Amino acid sequence: MLRLEPRPQPSRAMSIASPVIALALTILIAGVLFVVLGKDPVRGLSMFFVEPLRNVRGLTEVALKATPLVLCALGLAVCYRANVWNIGAEGQFLLGAIAAGGVALYVTTQGIAAPQWAMTPVVLVAGMLGGMAWASITALARDRFNANEILVSLMLVYVAQQLLNYLVFGPWKDPQGFNFPQTKTFVAATLLPNLVPQSRLHIGFAIMLVLVAGFWVFMFRSWRGFQLQVGGLAPDAARYAGFSGRTALWTALLVSGGMAGLAGAMEAAGPLRQLTPHVSTGYGFTAIIVCFVGRLHPVGCLFAGVLLSMLLIGGELGQSRLGLPNALTGVFQGLLLFLLLACDTLIHYRVRWVRQHPTAVAS
Amino acid sequence: MFSPAKRSWLKVALVAAVAALAACGKEEAPPKQEAKAPEAKAAAPAEPFKAAWMYVGPVGDAGWTYAHDLARKSVEGEFGGKVKTTFVEKVPEGADAERVIRDLAAQGNKIIFATSFGFMEPMLKVASEFPDVKFEHATGYKTAPNMRIYDAKFYEDAYLAGVIAGSMSRTGTLGFVASFPIPEVLRNINAFTLGAQSVNPKIKTRVVWVNSWFDPPKESEAAQSLINGGADVLLQNTDSTAVLQTAEKNGKFAFGWDSDMSAVAPKAHLGSAIVDWSNYYKKAVKEAMDGTWKTERTVWGVKEGQNDLAKIADAVPEEGKKKVAAVKDAMKAGAFEVFTGPIVDNAGKERLPKDAKADQDWKDKVDFYVQGVEGQIPSAK
Amino acid sequence: MSGEIALLIAATIASGTPLALAGLGLLVNEKAGVLNLGAEGMMLVAAIAGFAAAFHSGSQWLAFAAGAGAGMILAAGFGVLVIWLGTNQYATGLALSLFGFGFSAFVGVQYVGKKLGEHVSFAVPFLADIPFLGPALFRQHPLAYVAMLLAALLAWFLYRSRQGLVLRAIGESPDSAHSLGYGVRWIRLAAVVAGGALCGVAGAFLSVVYAPLWVEGLTAGRGWIALALTPFATWRPARVLLGAYLFGGVTMLQFQLQAAGVQISSQFLSMLPYLATIVVLVLISRNPAWIRINMPASLGKPFHPSA
Repeated sequence: MLRLEPRPQPSRAMSIASPVIALALTILIAGVLFVVLGKDPVRGLSMFFVEPLRNVRGLTEVALKATPLVLCALGLAVCYRANVWNIGAEGQFLLGAIAAGGVALYVTTQGIAAPQWAMTPVVLVAGMLGGMAWASITALARDRFNANEILVSLMLVYVAQQLLNYLVFGPWKDPQGFNFPQTKTFVAATLLPNLVPQSRLHIGFAIMLVLVAGFWVFMFRSWRGFQLQVGGLAPDAARYAGFSGRTALWTALLVSGGMAGLAGAMEAAGPLRQLTPHVSTGYGFTAIIVCFVGRLHPVGCLFAGVLLSMLLIGGELGQSRLGLPNALTGVFQGLLLFLLLACDTLIHYRVRWVRQHPTAVAS
Repeated sequence: MFSPAKRSWLKVALVAAVAALAACGKEEAPPKQEAKAPEAKAAAPAEPFKAAWMYVGPVGDAGWTYAHDLARKSVEGEFGGKVKTTFVEKVPEGADAERVIRDLAAQGNKIIFATSFGFMEPMLKVASEFPDVKFEHATGYKTAPNMRIYDAKFYEDAYLAGVIAGSMSRTGTLGFVASFPIPEVLRNINAFTLGAQSVNPKIKTRVVWVNSWFDPPKESEAAQSLINGGADVLLQNTDSTAVLQTAEKNGKFAFGWDSDMSAVAPKAHLGSAIVDWSNYYKKAVKEAMDGTWKTERTVWGVKEGQNDLAKIADAVPEEGKKKVAAVKDAMKAGAFEVFTGPIVDNAGKERLPKDAKADQDWKDKVDFYVQGVEGQIPSAK
Repeated sequence: MSGEIALLIAATIASGTPLALAGLGLLVNEKAGVLNLGAEGMMLVAAIAGFAAAFHSGSQWLAFAAGAGAGMILAAGFGVLVIWLGTNQYATGLALSLFGFGFSAFVGVQYVGKKLGEHVSFAVPFLADIPFLGPALFRQHPLAYVAMLLAALLAWFLYRSRQGLVLRAIGESPDSAHSLGYGVRWIRLAAVVAGGALCGVAGAFLSVVYAPLWVEGLTAGRGWIALALTPFATWRPARVLLGAYLFGGVTMLQFQLQAAGVQISSQFLSMLPYLATIVVLVLISRNPAWIRINMPASLGKPFHPSA
């Protein structure tokens, strides 16, 4: 019979192979699902993994969708490594969009003339601050009141959504917009400049790549990053070494809030160019999956972000080209995460085939 | 944790996986093309005209999207093999919509219908890139040389429902389960109230906002709270049957919205406000096919057969039924305008002078409640 | 006026029942030391399972059984991963929630817009006719009374029975319980599965009785609110019930206020249940000693039997 034996040391090879195995298993199950639905499995899978990458336009769309995912995931990686379970990245994303949108709207309605190279950074920083402010509520609740950060951050997501609704239906509504819930379109100076002509890809993508490198340095080459990780892995040892748990908490939440807020700002000032009730399609939650599939590692998050972006776009294509149900994407995402966690056990355990011997009777 | 060597293994693994699948995908493409070519030679007639629909909700919602899809099917029925239709459902109204529209256009669809106002900006952007494709946007207000708008007169249905509600209500209080405070919904609330007041001038309407188009538990709760507050006839602007079911549970009355919901609640159902887009869709596709398509704004109602209040219950008193029939006939003759002055808002300000008939602009900008509707519009200035 | 209040009370109880059922299930989980963040996912899958069962069979009770079954299967999977394979409880629970959302949406595609059979009204004979109290308390679906009974039963089980003592011991100190010879992992699994069953019934109740319709994301965060109930109630069954009614009431309140013409923007009113959850969490958690006394000490921590 099969038995799980603890390994003396966690296996390095498995910690890289695990996401690949999980992905392979997900693909397998996906193929089976396609057959069950009566669709050609190869065509179905190609919708997700090939079609999105077929031409330049497709590549830019994948990169565009991956940008907010990776940004959020970078911040969440820091959080989870510090054992701070921020589930509210979606809310921080929305507040980032609101803050950035607010600044952009002010510039637009007041007719402030300023060059793009000055205005756009202001908008993005505003977004970061918005996300950080929202995350700080969670930090305060945990720091001063010991409230569980999972629940507080999550409840704040629902609050953030209603706040966006309120603003977009009310004080920020475009007066020339026939009472529809959307703000004025932001003036060009506040928008993100394009990276690839004839596409929607903006410099946010480049910023994201720089941040991936930056986070790698922070997490693996900086003292603060080291403290955060130790605090997450061995809180008692960290305390003994004098690493402040409180600093770790605030750093983790502010960093992840800022990143999510930046992502939100990029959505609002990038492809959307205005605020509507539909700024986010669940980026904050998908980013959690990206984070885990990326093994909480900045470079891993980059690859995982691209992968999940392909899954999401593929789901859309599968729907319009093959008639696959839209909900399939959600199943794949959840399945991927589940299988990943299951495969992770192989890092700490070995599978052994043990033959059962009848116990020898002594004497 | 990730040494450069291990990281490159990961890269290799992922790239290999993608490449393998890419190879699979590409291999498949050529055979299909070969198969198509001989087929085309044998068939000889022109490629079918491709038309696509984009929905914001699921096709099975028995409401807004369902009505559009029924009409899409009737287009297929009308043109037979000459028109090939596709649809994409549950498209979110944010940045993703643009990608879907672009993909539909790139796939060879020559006319694309977007059935929610949130698709307006994305559609405008894509329209500028595909000058040969015709774009149609429902319930919006922006146009382009190859993009036009269409809408229906839901407020006519709401008015007719109001007439029935006015004749059925014993408490004199009506309830409205509303989705979002946009002009269309405000028009419907006002039309409902005006219709009821034409039968019983003392009618009051209470409104509860659920901030969603389709959320059955919330709609149930909203309906229940309206009933708790004394309303005995309800109308909704949301898409599920929850309001009707709650009304039935409490022994009150309600209407179906966007589709025939009479089977859902036999005792509570007073009528269903339905919309039939098939005439418009057939016209649009035909115009696109024979080149007579032009940018305009089309708003059809009861007169053109696009809106109707159907399956009126037997329980409605004769008086009420007669009045509804009379109003319907007047609408069909084009002689009845729901928003005819004097119309005063519930703060006392006159919005339309006596005998004046509201024009499209007035109707587009409705941002107030008429007298008799209680409360204030959420986030109103 | 009193009629209105009676109806509000009735609506509050109805709204709080699924929260109570799920909350009590999670309480059992947590008393054994396992934190299952997958409540939302379990409730969603159970909701569609229950709806499908009711749709095809016409029986509500079969629907509840289907919901409980779905909850149990998912909880068992979660349990095996977390208890035997030692995966991180938070991450696994989250994975379950995300998976449950996607899976239920996928399976539920064909059930959107479908209607279940005729509505059946419930009323306790005689008691339902008492003025005020009748409409307020005695016209509920049987599951509402089951929830109340369950709270009482759980209180007895946890604090007055031997098995309950063992469960609590496992939650406080699994190592001690293990050395006493109790099968810690199996008992934990049983607790997790029982919790899953209750969350499942709660989910089925939502889709078959409360809504009664299926739509993607039907539970709208109720699973998470149920998770907040346990610390709010300092892990005691009767307080879980009270908390559930409190939150149920706040949810109904926003519509009551709107219908009464209160001049607060509806979006802010919609925030109420979630803001209330945060406020309550903050107030309860404020006193670390209080939490330390009441929270099962091994909650969230993996258990490895030192063989």
